[in-house]
Amino acid sequence: MEKFNKLSGNAIPLRITNVDTDMIIPKQFLKTIKRTGLGEFLFFELKYDQDGNEISSFALNQDQYKGANILIASKNFGCGSSREHAPWSIADYGIKCIIAPSYADIFYNNCFKNGILPIILDEETVAKLQDTAENSLNFNIDLEKQCITFIENNEQKEISFDIDPAKKNSLLEGLDDIGLTLNKSNTITDFEGIQEKRTPWLYGSKLV
Amino acid sequence: MTDKKTIYDKIWESHVVSNNDDGTTILYIDRHLVHEVTSPQAFEGLRLAGRKVRRPEFTLATADHNVPTSDRDKGISDPDSKLQVETLERNAKENNITYLPMSDKRQGIVHIVGPEQGFTQPGMTVVCGDSHTSTHGAFGALAWGIGTSEVEHTLATQTLIQTKAKNMCIKITGSVIDGVTAKDIVLAIIRKIGTAGGTGFVIEYTGEAIRNLSMEGRMTVCNMSIEAGARAGLISPDKTTWDYIKGRPLAPKGKDFDEAVKYWESLATDEGAHYDEIVEIKAEEIIPQVTWGTSPEDVVSIDGIVPDPNKENNEEKKKSIERALDYMGLEPNTPVNEIKIDKVFIGSCTNGRIEDLRAVSKIAKGRKVAATVDAMIVPGSGLVKEQAEQEGLDKIFIDAGFDWRDPGCSMCLAMNADKLKPQERCASTSNRNFEGRQGRGGRTHLMSPQMAAAAAIKGKLTDFRDL
Repeated sequence: MEKFNKLSGNAIPLRITNVDTDMIIPKQFLKTIKRTGLGEFLFFELKYDQDGNEISSFALNQDQYKGANILIASKNFGCGSSREHAPWSIADYGIKCIIAPSYADIFYNNCFKNGILPIILDEETVAKLQDTAENSLNFNIDLEKQCITFIENNEQKEISFDIDPAKKNSLLEGLDDIGLTLNKSNTITDFEGIQEKRTPWLYGSKLV
Repeated sequence: MTDKKTIYDKIWESHVVSNNDDGTTILYIDRHLVHEVTSPQAFEGLRLAGRKVRRPEFTLATADHNVPTSDRDKGISDPDSKLQVETLERNAKENNITYLPMSDKRQGIVHIVGPEQGFTQPGMTVVCGDSHTSTHGAFGALAWGIGTSEVEHTLATQTLIQTKAKNMCIKITGSVIDGVTAKDIVLAIIRKIGTAGGTGFVIEYTGEAIRNLSMEGRMTVCNMSIEAGARAGLISPDKTTWDYIKGRPLAPKGKDFDEAVKYWESLATDEGAHYDEIVEIKAEEIIPQVTWGTSPEDVVSIDGIVPDPNKENNEEKKKSIERALDYMGLEPNTPVNEIKIDKVFIGSCTNGRIEDLRAVSKIAKGRKVAATVDAMIVPGSGLVKEQAEQEGLDKIFIDAGFDWRDPGCSMCLAMNADKLKPQERCASTSNRNFEGRQGRGGRTHLMSPQMAAAAAIKGKLTDFRDL
């Protein structure tokens, strides 16, 4: 997996609560058998009207946010389905960091599997950052130091954030979870032996 | 520390393969359901890394999201859907995983097929690349939805790296009044705690009203745990659970079954176990519930009115109501039972089981679907369809003017041809009313099968008890 350490760039404010995975990547784009190429369909139904015209009021369509790599969202971001197409489309679009007051559980975990840093900050701070983002300021994100810095009105601002150490490490190192778990194959086999003794009916039956 | 444990604590502890230094746990996964949408990239990942499926016999695959629900003999016409389904079939075959194709009468929505086949049992850990995996919690299994990376991890290692969630108890005290269903109970729960109310928790549903539910009803409740934001939802198993499992193809047999029951009995939450949060709802206060907006927490009772954003003090909440009303094409303060509908969808992993269809047949019998309404019934599996037809329910549906179809996810998420047109309004027994969920611009009102059937007949949302 791609490592995440530092990131610098503009941010897109998205002031909608409960943004669900259907909004992030509508179902018609889930028919792919690849992980790549979903970026152009990110927020498709918020970006285009039913006739395929760009909706100019939507932030992703505005010139000032072109090339931004940070998304500043509202609470319960990513609720709904488990589709990893949601973080795939976000990463493919070029967004590598999300800042929001809260996330849905599955989406949050999926981000870490795809080199995206989902930062959690309190609602008030996020709302202020959304305002700040409108002024096209450059944000610096440092995962190692767990801080966001930017210069506003000639003043250096710094906001620190919390993150689970295991999740932080997995992003910093770009870890291959499966490879690491496979290193413990013997422990898994031992577990299966114990479980088969305890609950033998779990073993041996297969649907044909 | 108390030695009293919740069922979640017990299942968690019995599946710990190892606790890592960083605070995470490698948890063993007993059963894995696989469908066509969230698995192709996982199998591709295995192939690229030269890895194998560790336990193909613990894995069961079927296509549900993309399959057509009519004219199946013609195959799948959408080339992308066809490729996805064929890819699943190929991946299952190459990896020695049992695959139920469209032509197999056991094919259906994964969350209906698993329980039907006895694949899901109490005390298990069950995962699937689908958020409604929480359905299987009805059996006292720890079941949750995962992303494709975790599908790959499960295929390769039969484990997942997890951190333990907190325990929440939602207790539904007393008995529901006549005509109130499992769907109304779970909508009332989400109405109370919100779509993020369960974030970070595994919810255990308890109380008399939950105990009194059939397995089908318990599945409906656990199914929508994800709509409350929870990692999983479960119910301590009891006699209702064993009676349902007994005799199913994958159920333990003979002496094994008796031993299994003994083990299953030990799973129930201990009296006095600690919950991090407890929510109580009085069953008798629940009447039929429907959603008015674009979030599963936008719930009102059928005798209620559409909310007025001007009465909302919280600015963010006000904006969100305005956005939902605009999308739904509704005026504030409209009585809910005056909302006219164009379509009805009865089915999904929430309400596509035989009990749901029986309930619909009682409403439909001797009545007619309103001339202005298109109403479809999509059974959750081929076996549900067969059972319904043996009971003659299909005749009742067809006589009443319902469209009786083949099994699949269908218009719950509209990945196949079954979808709403822009601005069409639908009474639906599914689980999500998000913008565009049932088709771009489509407007979804969630409700129970009885309520959806009544809406079909009246052409508007209505309290089915008044029919």
